[in-house]
Amino acid sequence: MSMFSVFEISGSALTANSQRMNVTASNLANADSVAGPDGKPYYARQVMFQALGQSGGSPGGVRVDRVVEDTTTPLRQEYRPGHPLADAQGYVSLPNVDPVNEMVDMISASRSYQANVEVMNTAKTLMTKTLTIGEG
Amino acid sequence: MFDKLESALRYQQEALNLRAERQKVLANNIANADTPNFKARDFDFRAELDRVMQQGRSAGEGGLSLSRTSSRHIAAEGPRVSSVDDLLYRVPDQPSLDGNTVDMNRERAAFADNSVRYQADVTFVSRRIQGMKKAMQPE
Repeated sequence: MSMFSVFEISGSALTANSQRMNVTASNLANADSVAGPDGKPYYARQVMFQALGQSGGSPGGVRVDRVVEDTTTPLRQEYRPGHPLADAQGYVSLPNVDPVNEMVDMISASRSYQANVEVMNTAKTLMTKTLTIGEG
Repeated sequence: MFDKLESALRYQQEALNLRAERQKVLANNIANADTPNFKARDFDFRAELDRVMQQGRSAGEGGLSLSRTSSRHIAAEGPRVSSVDDLLYRVPDQPSLDGNTVDMNRERAAFADNSVRYQADVTFVSRRIQGMKKAMQPE
């Protein structure tokens, strides 16, 4: 029954998008963290999606390939001479999280999530219909 | 008698199979709407249905295959699970920078269209079966 794999495909997209949402939440939560657990400043993270294929070349959904840290964007520098973590010039390094980007990413993730839930609901309706073939 | 029954229902059955297959392809497009370099795919429903009706489903990759323990066994293959021969690529009308060609509007519309047609097919099969049942009733 090939319709069942619609659940797998859309389910994988739900997982991937919720992980993306988690990463966004982590970025936003840490937008003002001065230091991470290792004492170094927090770098914004991003998920990388990867399309999956099943055996026989049929489509198989999506998964999170890896979570990458954005180390190319420079950290935000703030002049706070009195801060314990300030450097010799009196600057404190703050995360390179861009709240606007994160909000856009969050909205995009939640829209994708919704779309996939709708796909699953439709597939479910169709399958229940299929089970009633020949009745009545 | 049973091959007649089978042939009476065959067209609708193949149509339903293809609709389910297309549902899967479209669901995959929607799932990969944010994957970089993903290319949206689809197939020509009419052409595939014509082909399946004329030649039957093609045997090949993805079907049930016989595991051979001796080189003198004859190779055999079951019917293919996926009945679609060639998946085509959609032509994007607004290419995006990350190489993704999924147009959400288009995919959602195609998905809704396919679902309604699937339901119509289910109704047709049901009516067909009801009709045949009626014909077989003793009066």
